[in-house]
Amino acid sequence: MATTQRSFAQSVWDFFCSLKLTIFLLISLALTSIIGTVLPQGQLPPEYVAQISPTKLQIYSKLGFFDMYHSWWFITLLYIFSLNLICCSIKRLPHVFKFISEPVLVLGDTLRNSLALKQEIPVSGSLTAGRDALADFLKREVASPVVTEHNGEYHLFAQKNAWSRLGVYVVHLSILVIFVGAIIGSLFGYKGYVNIVEGSSVTSVEARNGGMVPLGFEVRCEKFAVDFYPTGAPKEFRSILTVLENGQPVEGYKDVKVIVNHPLSYKGITFYQSSYGQATEGSEHYLTVGQRNGTGNESFAIREGESVTFKDGTTLRLLETVQDVRPFMPDFSGAAARVEVAFKGKSPQTFIVFKDYPEINVQRGDDLVFGYQGTNARMYTGLQVAKDPGVWVVWLGCTLMVVGIFIAFFMSHKRVWIIVSKGHARMYGNTNKNQAAFAMQFEALADKLKIQKI
Amino acid sequence: MTSSMLFNVTTLAYMASMVVLFAFLATKNKSVGLAGTLIAYIGFFVQTVAIGLRWKESYDMGVGHAPLSNLYESVVFFSWTIILIYMFIDFKYKYRIVGVFVVPFALLGMAWAQLGLSNNIEPLVPALQSNWLLYHVVTCFLGYAAFAVACGVSIMYLIKASHEANNSFAVSAGGIMSLFPPTRVLDDLNYRAIMIGFPLLTLGIITGAAWANYAWGTYWSWDPKETWSLIVWFVYAAFLHARFTRGWVGKRAAWLSIIGFAATIFCYLGVNLFLSGLHSYGGGN
Repeated sequence: MATTQRSFAQSVWDFFCSLKLTIFLLISLALTSIIGTVLPQGQLPPEYVAQISPTKLQIYSKLGFFDMYHSWWFITLLYIFSLNLICCSIKRLPHVFKFISEPVLVLGDTLRNSLALKQEIPVSGSLTAGRDALADFLKREVASPVVTEHNGEYHLFAQKNAWSRLGVYVVHLSILVIFVGAIIGSLFGYKGYVNIVEGSSVTSVEARNGGMVPLGFEVRCEKFAVDFYPTGAPKEFRSILTVLENGQPVEGYKDVKVIVNHPLSYKGITFYQSSYGQATEGSEHYLTVGQRNGTGNESFAIREGESVTFKDGTTLRLLETVQDVRPFMPDFSGAAARVEVAFKGKSPQTFIVFKDYPEINVQRGDDLVFGYQGTNARMYTGLQVAKDPGVWVVWLGCTLMVVGIFIAFFMSHKRVWIIVSKGHARMYGNTNKNQAAFAMQFEALADKLKIQKI
Repeated sequence: MTSSMLFNVTTLAYMASMVVLFAFLATKNKSVGLAGTLIAYIGFFVQTVAIGLRWKESYDMGVGHAPLSNLYESVVFFSWTIILIYMFIDFKYKYRIVGVFVVPFALLGMAWAQLGLSNNIEPLVPALQSNWLLYHVVTCFLGYAAFAVACGVSIMYLIKASHEANNSFAVSAGGIMSLFPPTRVLDDLNYRAIMIGFPLLTLGIITGAAWANYAWGTYWSWDPKETWSLIVWFVYAAFLHARFTRGWVGKRAAWLSIIGFAATIFCYLGVNLFLSGLHSYGGGN
């Protein structure tokens, strides 16, 4: 009974230590990740729901395909991946530590025969003189050697960068550190969103899961503006924000400019410029109407979506307004309104009325000429809000990963032995990486040794 | 003189280089091989000047930014990095013939950019106005280029290996195959190119994450581009583990390298052409 239990535990352990599992997991993670790049994730767009069959939709959502990176099976894969990483490292690390801390000081026959790099050098002086000269040589060229006497011979051992064998484990550790950072972030942080109308302030934001999160302070939007390139492409989205505590602006956080790529951080909470728009609540737009001959000009106020009928029976409906038309019409700038006008007895027509181009408004050639004077509407800025106390752990993990990969790929553990016997010495070399380069170094070392009289 | 003219010269140079390198394959004349490589290097030099000039032109237009902001500029930069990595391999390992399978990738990029893509210099949209753009794009593309070289070398490996298998009894004294480096060397070059590419891709993903965190407050949002870069990373990580611990060398390593590059190309282009996400290359399509 005890043996079967042990062998079961043993086989579980072996399973999680297996490198076949590692390769299987890497390939599975790669293949399954594709699903989430092909299917929409999170909120499904209605067009997608309309074109997919209900059975498929049901199966996909049962399998968690629409939020697959947080689905139970993907998270399970990541957990097994972490376990595999930990087990592999636990299994191999003691060997590596032993290899580093207890190097082979005396080169036995088996190892001697397995080494590809060897050189024989004549030694003219006494055994001890040869030993000291060669020890000096190794100290100068490689590293300070350990000298061991064995069967009337001296074994000199020198090594370089033994610790570089740990590089790959640093990479493994770094992945776990990144996971820990991500878990900290998901437990103690949040991602949210907030719209702030110019001149107003907020004390809480809407988290992605729908709940309201209090900030613990107040953020006011002083102003929002957009600049455009001459081509009509947006150049800068700019919010001017002020942080307030107990209704008072905080020193250094007054009128802070926040643009894309330049967020505002306060007390671990960061605000990112994300979107903008025109606040519709209570906003009036001012339009003018007049006869073609220039008489009877009058102005009127109207809200978006409302209609007004003039004395002659013509009806105007304000469809939408923008404070800068450039993104839509690169040849124009400034505010504009899209209106639908039905002259008496005619079918309605839709056109655009500009604020800064009255001459174009006149060119329409209708009996009535319309103009747009602007609005009392305010802009709002849309800010992404994030608090992630785990992010520094993630960066620590990333740094570890880069350092670890560098060590694992570009540094090698080099070992050199010299066995000094009567009349001659034999030098052996070994490295764990980049054999070709080390072979050249070893030859150079042997050449130096030959020039030197020992 | 405009950068656009110089890019045309570059394209012609890469085409000439490819033709001469093919002639090298046919004639086995060493000086023809040298000429082919030199033409590629001249093309590289002209392209370097052209990229610098385009950078300057953007400042003259008042929208100054590094020429890495749309699909055209990224394809041009990709072919530049491919030749850069090829030069590195040529100088370090002296296998000129690898150019036959690498220069065509660079030519393909330049030809597509010059013939099929708009080369207008566009102002930088707000999302790209960051120094991270340079670090992120340069590391990613150097990584991609190393994978392209690894793929070229792997194709050579498979050709040579199948040739050797078919002619195991014949004495192949001459023939094009004698120009190919030994399979052992090709296998090693494949690994070395990936050894350059993998750390660069890792840095590219990390700089991308750092930038995303700085600009949007999330270092990872499973955007298709991010996910595909991770897929590529998984494939090459599998390559390395299979090689070191399970002795996957030769044919299997070559195939993994080719699959890895296919995933890389999908990550680079497929994601933009077929999927939607954050990396739209600023209206390059």
